Order: sequence, then C-alpha cells, then structure tokens
Amino acid sequence: MAAFIIRRLLQSVLVLAFMSLAVFVGVYAIGNPVDILINPQADQAEIARTIAALGLDKPLWEQYLVFLKQALSGDLGKSFAYNIPAIQLILERMPATLELALAATGLAVFLGIPLGLWAGLAPDSWAGKLIMTGSILGFSLPTFWVGLMLIMLFAVELGWLPSSGRGPTAVVLGIPLSFLSWEGIRHLILPAINLALFKLSLVIRLTRAGTREALLQDYVKFARAKGLSNARVVGVHVLKNIMIPIVTVIGLEFGSVIAFAIVTESIFAWPGMGKLIIDSINVLDRPVIVAYLLVIVGLFILINLAVDIVYSLLDPRVRLGAAAE
Amino acid sequence: MQREPTPLQRIAADFGQSKLALAGLVGLTLILLAALFAPLISPQNPYDLAQLDVLDSRLPPGSKAGNGLTFWLGSDGQGRDILSGIFYGLRISLVVGVASTLCAVLIGLTLGLAAAYFGGRTDGFIMRVVDIQLSFPAILIALILLALLGQGIGKTIFALIMVQWAYYARTVRSAALIERGKEYIEAAKGLALSPARIVFRHLLPNCLPPLIVIATVQVAAAIALEATLSFLGIGVPITEPSLGLLIKNGFDYMLSGKYWISFFPGVALLATIVSINLVADQLRDVLNPRLQK
Amino acid sequence: MTESTLRVENLRTHFFTRQGVVKAVEDVSFSVEPGKILGLVGESGSGKSMTGFSIMGLIDPPGRVVAGRILLGGEDLRGFSPEAMRGIRGNRIAMIFQDPMMSLNPVLRIDTQMTEAIRAHADVSRGAALERARDALARVGIPSPEERLYAYPHRFSGGMRQRVAIAIALLNQPDLIIADEPTTALDVTIQGQILFEMQKLARESGTALIWITHDLSVIAGLADDIAVMYAGRIVEQGSVDEVLDAPLHPYTHGLIASVPSRGRRGEPLRQIPGMTPSLLDLAPGCAFRERCTRADSACAKDPALSSPVAGRQVRCFHPLIA
Repeated sequence: MAAFIIRRLLQSVLVLAFMSLAVFVGVYAIGNPVDILINPQADQAEIARTIAALGLDKPLWEQYLVFLKQALSGDLGKSFAYNIPAIQLILERMPATLELALAATGLAVFLGIPLGLWAGLAPDSWAGKLIMTGSILGFSLPTFWVGLMLIMLFAVELGWLPSSGRGPTAVVLGIPLSFLSWEGIRHLILPAINLALFKLSLVIRLTRAGTREALLQDYVKFARAKGLSNARVVGVHVLKNIMIPIVTVIGLEFGSVIAFAIVTESIFAWPGMGKLIIDSINVLDRPVIVAYLLVIVGLFILINLAVDIVYSLLDPRVRLGAAAE
Repeated sequence: MQREPTPLQRIAADFGQSKLALAGLVGLTLILLAALFAPLISPQNPYDLAQLDVLDSRLPPGSKAGNGLTFWLGSDGQGRDILSGIFYGLRISLVVGVASTLCAVLIGLTLGLAAAYFGGRTDGFIMRVVDIQLSFPAILIALILLALLGQGIGKTIFALIMVQWAYYARTVRSAALIERGKEYIEAAKGLALSPARIVFRHLLPNCLPPLIVIATVQVAAAIALEATLSFLGIGVPITEPSLGLLIKNGFDYMLSGKYWISFFPGVALLATIVSINLVADQLRDVLNPRLQK
Repeated sequence: MTESTLRVENLRTHFFTRQGVVKAVEDVSFSVEPGKILGLVGESGSGKSMTGFSIMGLIDPPGRVVAGRILLGGEDLRGFSPEAMRGIRGNRIAMIFQDPMMSLNPVLRIDTQMTEAIRAHADVSRGAALERARDALARVGIPSPEERLYAYPHRFSGGMRQRVAIAIALLNQPDLIIADEPTTALDVTIQGQILFEMQKLARESGTALIWITHDLSVIAGLADDIAVMYAGRIVEQGSVDEVLDAPLHPYTHGLIASVPSRGRRGEPLRQIPGMTPSLLDLAPGCAFRERCTRADSACAKDPALSSPVAGRQVRCFHPLIA
C-alpha cells in the first residue's frame, strides 16, 4: 500500500515537471516572453530591468531554470491590471471558487446518489422515469443557459434570490467563508445549483446504471437467498459495490467542477478564480493567465493523486494487491 | 421460415422501441433541415446591414417592423429578427460541432488503432499523452488554447478537435485491444495477412459500435462547449454568431425584462442538444450487448 | 408417518416475455424426507434451477409461479407474505449457488457476509454471531478459521469459497438445503471432497438436501432419490439405484448411455440425437418425441405421470419396461 502511494507520488511529480516544461515552452519558446510577461505600459528602463531579472537574454535552458526557481518560490510575475503578484491574486480568489465547488459537489452527491438508487431500483415507475428524464435534461442543458434561466426566474421574475455577487463573508482559520450567514447562503444558492446540475445528472445516471447492473449479479441473489432484508441488500451489498466507480468519477469530476466554475462565476459575478481568468483573458493580463495555468495544473495533479489513493482504500482487491492470490 | 433480419434492420427495430428516441430523431431532422435551408426560410437576412433599422430594435415577440416584417420571436439590440438569427446561428453551431467531432474521430481512430495494433512503446507513448490530456477538463484546455490563439471559427474548431481526440483514441484502443487479444487475430497474423487487412477487416468493425455512440453524444457536447466558449466571448467572432454568441448578446437585456433576445436562441440550442442526446441514449442501449436479455 | 421436509405439488412457473410465454417449470411434483438427498437431474434449460428458485420464492418478473403447492413441513409457502418468505430464506431453507466467485460479494469481508445471515433471522449479538460463523467454517474444513473470517473472498481458492458458501447455508440449521450445481465450477478432486462432506452433513444433522446437477455420475454416488427433468417437466422419478439400473424413460436411458465408461473403450461415444427444444411456446405433446426412437402418433398428446412399477414414476406412453 505504501509502495503504491510512493509510486503515485513520483508519477505526479513527473507530470508536474512535464507540465511546467510545457508551459515554459509555450510562453518562452513559442510565445514572446517580452509581450507576455512584461507590462506593455512599462518604459524602456523598466523593460530592460525586467528582461535582466527574468534572464531573457540568457540561453533557453538557463531561462527554464530561472523560471523553475521563480515558480517554486511563488513568483510568477505581476498582474498588469492589478499590479500585485499574480500568484497572490489567484490565491485571494481561490477560497471563493472552492466554496462554490464544494457546495455544488455536495449537492450533486447527497441528492444524486439517493435519486439514482431510486431510479435503478424502480426503473419503470413514474418516479424512475421522471428522474431519468430530469437527468437527461440536466446533462444536456448547457450550464450557462441554466444559469441565465435561474437568474431570470428566481431573481428577475420572482425576486427571491440575488442575481449576482458573493454574500458577506466570515473569516475562519484565515479563510473567508460565506456560507456561515443566511445572507451569504442566499447568494450561494443559485450559483451552487447551477454548477451542481451537470454533476448531479452524471451521478444520477451512474448510480442508476450501477444499480441496475449490480442487481443482476449473483451476489445479490445470494444475499436475498440468505434472507437479508431489501434494505440491507441495497444499502450494503449493492451500495458498497457501486460506490467505488462513483467515488472515482466524483473525485475526477471535482476538477471539472472547478473548471466549470469559470462559467458560473462569470454569469453570477462570483469573485473567484474563474471570473478572474475570463477577465484577464479579455484584458490580456498575461502573467495572471500563466500563473493560473500553473496553479490549475498543480491542483489537478493533486486531485488525481487523492482520487487514486481513495479508490485504492475502497476497493480491497486493489488495496491488498492482486499478487496476494 | 422467415428471413433473418439484417443487423441494421434489427438495430432500427430496437431503436424504434423508444418513443422518446423517435421524437429526438424527428426533432433533429427538423433542426438539420432548418439549418440547411436557412437563407430560404428566414424572414430576414440578419447580416445584411441594409435591411436593418435600429428603430426596430428590442421589440417583443409578435411586433411588426417598420417595413411590415413580423418579428415572430422579437428583435435584438440592433433590430435583427431573432428567428432569422436563430436559423443562421444554427448553421454555425452545427458546422462547428459536427466538423470538430468528425476530425477528432478520425484522429482518435487512427491513433487508437495504431496504439492497439503496434503495442509496446508506441502504445505507451500515445496513451501517456491521452491520459494526461484526459485528466484535464475540456473547457479548461479549450480556454487556454483560445486564450493563446484568439477568436475565430477555424480556431474554435481546432480547439474543439484538440479537446476531443483523446477520448476517441482511448475508446478505440480499448475496443481494438479486446479484439486483438482474441485468438483469430493470432491466427490471421500466422497466415501473414498484411497489417492493413487485419486492422481494417478485423479490428476496425469491432470498434465502431462504441465509437458511434460516443461520437453522437460528443457532437452535442461539442455544440454545448462552443456555445459556452462563445458566450464567454472567446469563441466565434461577432461577424459569424453561433447560438452561444446570440445568447451572450441578450444577456445584458435580461435584467431589464427583455428576455426574448437570450431566451429563444437558448431554446433552439437546447432543442438541438436534447434531440441529439435522446438519439444517442437509445443508440447506446441498442448497441450494448450486455443489456440484451 | 413423519411429515416430509418438503412436498412440491404440481408446480408451474411461467415467464411472460415479449416474445411469448416460457413454461420453465410445468407440473412438477416431488417430496424430500429429512436427512435424505434428492438429485434433480437435467440438461441446461430443463427447468431444474428454476424449480429451486421457485421454492425459494426468488422468481423475478417477468416470471411468476402460477400454480401448485410448495409445502414446507406442511405449510404452503405460496401463501406466505414476502416478509414471511424472507424469514424462511437462509433460515429454514438455504441455497448454495453454482459459482462461488460470483455469489460472494467481493467487497465485503467473509465475517460480514456470515454474521449478517445469522442476524437477519435472530437477535444475536455480533460476538455470538462471529463465534457461530467461526465454528461453521471449522466444520466445513477451512483451516485457521479465526484469520480467514477477516479475509475478503478473493483471497480464497474456488473450492474454499464453495465451502464458505456451504458454511453460510448451514449457519441457521435449515430444514432443507437446495444446492444448485455447487461443484460444477470446481476441479474434480475438490468436487469429490465436497460431495462426501455434504453427504455426511446431511446424514448427521437430518437436513434434507436437493442436489441440482446435469452430471449423472455425481448423483450416482450421492443421492438417495432421483428426479429427471426435461423441458420443464419431471419425466422420471424413483430411488437412485432402481432408476440408474433400469431406467424407464427413453431420455433417462439415453443420459445414462451417453456417460463414457471404461467398459466401452474404443466404441464411438453415444449421444442423444437432436437438441433440447426451446421452451418458448412449446408445442403440445411429449417434449422428447422429436429425439425419441420409440415415438409414434400417440406421443402427440401430453403424457401424464404413471406408475408402471411400484415406487417409481414415469411420464411416457412407451416406457422401457423389461
């Protein structure tokens, strides 16, 4: 088990190194680093100084080392628009995005698994069919359009919920959180639902498919032959089997939730990393784009590693190794 | 004795079992026809500046323009007929979605088959790239590519291709590997059949059913992704608006109650995506050997 | 006269599919006495497994038990509510499946899968349930049961897993065990061991045993009575020695003859010509007549069970009476 973790860690480091190289090549070798990293409004002296500081007059491999060194120490350039270090800007916005992403994922899991189980156990009932149709819709509807509709219905027509922005935040352990106040929750509801919808549909469909397949398995028949109650057969035997692929997917999809937050944040003016990147692209604030790339890549590698470890903990066949046969 | 139905007839019959899927197929056909004949059926050509009058702008559905034309679905900020805009926008949305999917399928098919057939280092390398790419969400990759490349239809199609090919490559490789592991391929190799023959006659037909299902779903996903990117302002340019861009144009007017500018293009987008998904869902059930009882 | 453990009367189980009605079990009657072993023999599709599931109440839609009585100790199970049937399963009737790899849940530990079978039927503490589980494992010959309890199924070999399944079946001291081809998936040597142990257990505990199989040689060494099934019907019944020595039904005769034996080395293998009929919309008349050398126009009508020899039953117009 420890060997497995160490191996995955090493793999992750390798991928990280590879991706940093890719970003470096993209920015320094293919793009023009002067355009990308130096504020176009700087004067000649400033430009010359920055070129020397970044080592842009040196050979390419030396530049890579400077790049790595700076990246590891957290220096990824200054934002053109805000004139503060890009990495600081991103870290300031990260809690908002994570709060939104976690709320959405929570909704998807705690609603999706029960609904999917229901649809899998009674696929021909009106409830089962309704759930499946709903999931097809939730899966097909583009996130941004659902967001628009939510705003139109709940904010404009009914006036129940605010249409944009993040509510008041309370600082917990140095991190500003907004779900601790009712006003904060009111602002969180629509964007969280919007972001959750796609995942929710996915979880429902996965759970339903997994349940239907599990019910055909011999071990379910055997469990019923032992006289176990339906609740136990479904709640323990079936659930434990289908949890494994579902958890894996949820974990892997968490990354895409963070990515899709870009759209939700833009629509609801939620001050997270996603809105930042769109704004930055529109004003060509390139250091922020580069910094965002690296942070996101690192985040994803971390998520994939975490999912692999959790998966191995859940599936005893992986944990104890096939070699134990 | 009755003649055995051909596989195609059997698939068509199984497909027809679901009324929803048939509805989806009908809807899809109508949409395709509308896009194809857009210039013929649009009341107005929204890109002909001579036909536009800014006094006709932001009129609600059912109003009449200065020249007597009826805006069935209302008009937008520049006085363009929404209905016509939808027909023309459908074209762009469909072309981008289908073209990118087809190219991505071809690339993925080639690389997947190559990986499965040659195995070893080729396989390892291709799959490593596929794995890395698939661990990042599509929207992110598309975002970065378009941020670097800028706007444009060709660039959007390129970004969508780059986002999709890896998924096809992996699917094709899995299916091809299953087939390759079967003994008759060893036998065929033993008979010194040329690699091309083995790949095309034996490996390829086995990969097609899952590929067809996935590609169909992916067309819908590509259309949705393009719409999202255009909505964010980094997809197609404003001179050739897809449905996504039309929706973006109407976003600002929504808060003042002029919902139709965003709403109707949104419905059109929805109808397209849902139809494709309904068809794809039924195709998946029909082509899945495991669910055949 | 002691009550039979199980008495099945005129059981019919039909499947109502889109393509038509499949009469999986037609007019099946037999009984099993305490401590005795009944062999239920037939090819795939003969309805033998479905008979077992019908008794357990595990027939799922589109199938249904449409007629007959299933008397467990005199009570008709068909009249039982679903909750009452649940109380019977794993408690008074236990079932062993063919493939132990598939019937044990791969993600749950052995102790979980055993204690839940106990605690579903009795209010027993976890510790007491574990003790009983441990004893059951020891009884079926699994070494170091204390450690094995906490293992997962994939750590066991096929034969071991089947022993675990048998142990689970024995946990609540059932009146009847239905074993559905339990040794088919195992090596022949393991098969022999398990057969021997099952026989011993049945004799010692007075549990009745129904052994479902397609393998006549297994029945020959194991069972007291035999019932031969074909196309959903019982075609011959009687004690094992009598039926195997002098079969009355042409099908039984064909089955026995097709078993390869040392005495016939060098001769071509004997087969029953033709194939088992599809149970979908089966034509009336004797289901075996297409393949029978003794068939004539009389066989176009459904034969009923008759008793040409005392203690035996056969469903045939032309039984092989010496």
